[in-house]
Amino acid sequence: MDYSLIVGGEAGQGMDTFASLFEKAIKRCGYNVYAYSDYMSRIRGGHNFFNIRFSTENILAIKDNIDILFALNEETVQIHKDKVKDTGIIIADEAVAKEDNSIIHLKLSEIAKKLNNKRVANTVGLGAILNYFGVPMDIAAKIIKEEFKEEIADVNLKALEEGYKLLDTKYNLQIREDDKILINGNEAVGLGAIAAGCKFYCGYPMTPSTGVLTYIAKHANEYNIVVDQVEDEVAALNMALGASYAGVRAMTGSSGGGFALMVEALSLAGIIEVPVVVINVQRPGPATGFPTRTEQADLRFMIHAGHGEFPRMVMALRDTEDAFYQTVRAFNIAEKYNIPVLLLSDQHLADGVTSKKPFDLKNIKIERHIKRHIEGEYKTYEFTETGVSPRIIPGKIEGATVLVDSDEHDEYGHITESAEIRIKMVDKRLKKFELLKDEVKEPWHVGDEEPENLVVCWGSTYGAVKEAVENLSDEGVSIAALVFGDIWPFPTRKLLSLSKKAKKIIDIEQNATGQLDSLMRQEALIQSDYKILKYDGRPFTADEVYRRIKEVI
Amino acid sequence: MTCKYELYEPAWCPGCGNYMIRTALKMALEELEIKPHEVVIVSGIGQAAKMPHYISVNGFNGLHGRAIPPAIGVKMANKELHVIVESGDGDTYGEGGNHFIHGIRRNIDIAHFVHNNQIYGLTKGQASPTTAMGQITTLQFDGVKVEPLNPLALALTMGAGFVARGFSGDIPHLVALMKEAIKYKGYALVDILQPCVVWNRVNTFSWYKNRVYHLPESYDYTNKEEAMKKALEFGDRIPIGVIYKEEKETYLDRFDFIKNGPPLVDVELNPLDAEKLLEEFR
Repeated sequence: MDYSLIVGGEAGQGMDTFASLFEKAIKRCGYNVYAYSDYMSRIRGGHNFFNIRFSTENILAIKDNIDILFALNEETVQIHKDKVKDTGIIIADEAVAKEDNSIIHLKLSEIAKKLNNKRVANTVGLGAILNYFGVPMDIAAKIIKEEFKEEIADVNLKALEEGYKLLDTKYNLQIREDDKILINGNEAVGLGAIAAGCKFYCGYPMTPSTGVLTYIAKHANEYNIVVDQVEDEVAALNMALGASYAGVRAMTGSSGGGFALMVEALSLAGIIEVPVVVINVQRPGPATGFPTRTEQADLRFMIHAGHGEFPRMVMALRDTEDAFYQTVRAFNIAEKYNIPVLLLSDQHLADGVTSKKPFDLKNIKIERHIKRHIEGEYKTYEFTETGVSPRIIPGKIEGATVLVDSDEHDEYGHITESAEIRIKMVDKRLKKFELLKDEVKEPWHVGDEEPENLVVCWGSTYGAVKEAVENLSDEGVSIAALVFGDIWPFPTRKLLSLSKKAKKIIDIEQNATGQLDSLMRQEALIQSDYKILKYDGRPFTADEVYRRIKEVI
Repeated sequence: MTCKYELYEPAWCPGCGNYMIRTALKMALEELEIKPHEVVIVSGIGQAAKMPHYISVNGFNGLHGRAIPPAIGVKMANKELHVIVESGDGDTYGEGGNHFIHGIRRNIDIAHFVHNNQIYGLTKGQASPTTAMGQITTLQFDGVKVEPLNPLALALTMGAGFVARGFSGDIPHLVALMKEAIKYKGYALVDILQPCVVWNRVNTFSWYKNRVYHLPESYDYTNKEEAMKKALEFGDRIPIGVIYKEEKETYLDRFDFIKNGPPLVDVELNPLDAEKLLEEFR
């Protein structure tokens, strides 16, 4: 069972509410949901839509074709009509594209008018569509009571009821056990940060990263978290570093352009060896690019950002569950090695809503690596076997002070111009990078054990690639995918072993140059035979990946 | 435990005003009986910004222009620390101008000592944001062509609650100003005039010495209009002292959990506390 719906219209027509109610109702029936929101960089007008897919399978990408199109305006019909399957339907209010016979016109506005609230027209539509799929009304009614304030819940309930009368039931969804949560990538990162004990998050609003900032801000008072909307991203990372230096777990985030402003301070984090977590929720660049769309073109940027040479770890987030656990792990690794840990998300993951098993908070550990007592004098940058110096919190140990310095410094943190100390300090910092190589996790392996066709990808393309590879494998194609999450230092073990037997290596990325491919060449001396690249700002559908792999194998 | 501060050998030029500022800072901290581990000096880059290296404190010697953001982070993380920013005129008013403006808006409890010698020292003599129009420098061969920035007037218009001016050549007066700024609850700006003996041949020690005067006992530092007049008085006579002071709610006080709770750094971390957040996603 696998259905898709698109609801589309102008910004401001209430699609967000419709989508979140519909997604929740379907999830409560025990089905997996994946919803992608496609929106323009404007507050009113334009064309926005949600593509909501639901299935008994664990889906993480949208399909090319849909079963139902709910059009809030005529433009939506024109844009999406070709995607509607032969078995599918288009529904709209009577006023939309009146003369178009392919549309099932419903009296949505008229009913809303009768209920004295024209804003409930979408709820009438919701009722019609839910009945079409055989979702019991009590499930939807409960959600409306949860989501709306009392004064408008009633009229929405009436609208829902009226809607249920408008369309006959075509698909009778059987009710299954619902044990999932419904969450998007930005919320999963925010939840991860809160669970990890982040007490300081600052940022400057920038689509599509703002959701992380907003989610944490919403829960800030409950969890003693300072959320600061900074004057610019330059301040953001510097401020987070100050908070972390003083002993709290700190994080900042932005999209590519904002991260560009943080680069100077990233280099600072490297030399002062203060732990910090930074997320870049990618959108297509260069510069302002496509503000509300998706791309994976900042991989090299994240790996190399910052002047000078210093260790960092870069983790690409693959789905909402991964986003949650990796965010928690990022804080632990940052504090284990006193380094910046960079998370790479993108608009596709950030705004994509997925149903997932509730995250397991019982198995999360907070590992801080902070010394509460010291013997003898304290040296911030004490030379040790591993390159990691013991960390204390300023003000917590009488007689001990912590001096961090952006200049090259000696073990005490004092400015030095000694050639000898310079070499030792550079080596000390870079030693930590060697340890990180053991810390990184190998990519996820999807598909056959010893594939003839090896797909490589990273981050949020996971969902579409996984589905395509599994389908091809089911058809008898010898194929597997390696999906990189930890990506710097670059884990090579699995890649080296699978690539030996593979006849074709296929690189799949949402950028124009194949950055993962170049990284493989650099780090593992392996080159892909084919590159499947996409840089139109729209995410891969599972079908598109399937088709394009078929073209090359 | 002693409140004595150790001093380390600086790399400043002989006769630099920074020596006097450091002496005053040491005296202020010792007289306030603040222990070295209880204070953090945050600085940017420049001659003034080397301060954390030359006195035994917790120090965060960050990036040029970026002293204020980490200072805010430190204070938010641990309200019990005394946070002092030490930086120059270029660092604070030039590269860090945006942070300076928005730092004032927050009114966070830090004392900001700006070493204002009206020139760039470390980069060898270029104009700073406070260099006078027309002054010839090692870069502005025809003289400076832009108006100087008036930090005190800017701070006043931004609503700063503590605005003061000191002079490196008047240590007892400067010690008193620094103590008052450190004790002040909120953002306290002390713009400290100091000669640069190598690069500024106009605003020399005697240039300042001949111009500065103490604000009289009768001066009412709660009167903003008077304060603005004094802030704009920069010529033949330059007033020093507390130009403006008022009690204001601080940034920290606007966070209930900080005002009425433990410092953030002391909050126990338990991942299970976040378990209930899963509910809204069901």
